[in-house]
Amino acid sequence: MTINNNPAKVGGGGTPDPEAYLAAQRSPEFIELRKRYRGFAFPMTVAFLVWYFMFVFASVFASAWMSVPVWGNINRGLIFGLLQFVSTGLITWLYVRHANKKLDPLATEIREEMEGVS
Amino acid sequence: MTSTAGSPAVNMAIFMAFVAVTMVIVIRASRQNKTASDYYTGGRSFSGGQNGTAIAGDYLSAASFLGITGAIALTGFDGFLYSIGFLVAWLVALLLVAELLRNTGKFTMADVLAFRLKQRPVRTAAAISTLAVSFFYLLAQMAGAGGLVSLLMGVTGNVGQSLTIAVVGILMIIYVLVGGMKGTTWVQIIKAVLLIAGAALMTGWVLSKYGFNLSTLLGAAADNSPLGDKLLDPGAKYGKTTLSKIDFISLSMALVLGTAGLPHVLMRFYTVPTAKEARKSVVYAITLIGVFYLFSLVLGFGAAALVGADVIAKAPGGANSAAPLLAYELGGTLLLGFISAVAFATILAVVAGLTITASASFAHDVYANVIKKNEVSADAEVRVARIAAVVIGVFAILGGILAKDQNIAFLVALAFAVAASANLPTILYSLFWKGFTTRGALWSIYGGLISSIGLILFSPVVSGKPIPEGATKSPSMLQGVDFHWFPLDNPGLVSIPLAFFLGWLGSVTDPTKSDLTKYAEMEVRSLTGAGAEKATVSH
Repeated sequence: MTINNNPAKVGGGGTPDPEAYLAAQRSPEFIELRKRYRGFAFPMTVAFLVWYFMFVFASVFASAWMSVPVWGNINRGLIFGLLQFVSTGLITWLYVRHANKKLDPLATEIREEMEGVS
Repeated sequence: MTSTAGSPAVNMAIFMAFVAVTMVIVIRASRQNKTASDYYTGGRSFSGGQNGTAIAGDYLSAASFLGITGAIALTGFDGFLYSIGFLVAWLVALLLVAELLRNTGKFTMADVLAFRLKQRPVRTAAAISTLAVSFFYLLAQMAGAGGLVSLLMGVTGNVGQSLTIAVVGILMIIYVLVGGMKGTTWVQIIKAVLLIAGAALMTGWVLSKYGFNLSTLLGAAADNSPLGDKLLDPGAKYGKTTLSKIDFISLSMALVLGTAGLPHVLMRFYTVPTAKEARKSVVYAITLIGVFYLFSLVLGFGAAALVGADVIAKAPGGANSAAPLLAYELGGTLLLGFISAVAFATILAVVAGLTITASASFAHDVYANVIKKNEVSADAEVRVARIAAVVIGVFAILGGILAKDQNIAFLVALAFAVAASANLPTILYSLFWKGFTTRGALWSIYGGLISSIGLILFSPVVSGKPIPEGATKSPSMLQGVDFHWFPLDNPGLVSIPLAFFLGWLGSVTDPTKSDLTKYAEMEVRSLTGAGAEKATVSH
């Protein structure tokens, strides 16, 4: 499939014309790329926002429950707070893995085809 | 103990050494500055790791380092809530904004917002909100500089503090003028390394005093706090009334949604060559910022245990002095000198980043695109950016002198609330919603900007807080007047949903439909990088 009718400029990386973008947007490769990106990013955003606001609401409206000590002076609130750090790290790691494996190869393929990189 | 801690001469010497070293690096870095892209983005030649470290240097401002440590020392768990919001916010940038913005834009946030909409009105709106957010953020940093000097340099009195603010401002203008984005970035990288190393050293030191047992440290902090065991529980600051609880929800919302709308953070994503490096930047930034906030948890409770809330509250600078006082308690004059130099470097690096962002927005969006309609050479644009940097610097110095008695946390929270209301909805809509139109963008940006600033104006932070027992002044900005009617300190709970709603309403009622060809270009470009700006120099 050739979706580029604007040859590469000197210095690598030509600028595709508007028609090329419209064609690319309709191509099955791009539709698949968008699905893979949104399919990961959108639900994950909802998930971490819900998890974060659960913690915020629990801290102010269920402070007695959050104050129960679990181990020595370390209470539930502190543990859930530290779990926010853990979940942030985990989501970052999952996204990078997803992007490297599922997004980058497809994005590179579409881009090189459009910019006419050999 | 006197009103200053340690030796002002030592503090001053270490700070001068930092300025001298960074100045040499900035001058060396500036030799390659030739084009507009060099000035605004450092030629897009930084690696993800370098940029991520610089982002951490840009983000961990005086409010983060001094403010959060102090908040944890005085209010315990409730201070910790801030750092969680500041950290989790990075996931919005990672998942939804960083890479797509890098692929779509050129120099400023407005490049993305105006990509498929009418250039002039949208760029004007985006530039106004960029300048507003940057200005509030700048004021907070400059005000912090004023408070810090009285403690660290032994400079007291209005004239002395004002002079110090002026010195900080002049240094920052020199960094920006000489070094452009490349010089500014190196200052931020050096500062981030020093700050995190200093915090790591102090964290290890504090923990070693308690047998590396967090529980023992928490116990000692509670024993030494007027709050007692309540220091470790949620609610010391925000748990008093239902209203203060709702206020905290509002603040949390602004914190978590504000980061991905801060123009000086967004501009940093243009300094790397590809979207993949932008992603790597965020990963580095999240790691460094996360580790730093874990350190600040130990430092805050360490300050409560070793220095004590009474001493901190009575010191010049109040809560902001917790970290320097802890350094003095641990390592004496030398460690205090190091930490205070780091705190100054922090302010300097952050204000330099803010100044370059604001000057780029003025020169690139307002001057080149709106006033000159794109018929201006890149050299002329950079010349205007340099002049704008000087003007903004002068305003920041004057504003900082006027605001030096204001609460830093209030000004930073205001900047986050304005960013989350005026910028984030339009960024997300324009990246992801096909039907978004110019009217939607204008309603959302101006609606978010006016509602967030307006609600703050009529909130208790500006007027009408009762004078607390044992104090002589009200915590509000203005004394003796009361025109507040909005009950919350932070406007986010109202202004953020309002801006999202206005963006939708403006778009669906717009008689001009969105440009689907431009949307195709933006969508394909944002996800694949086809046609994105390339690096101009390579190392």
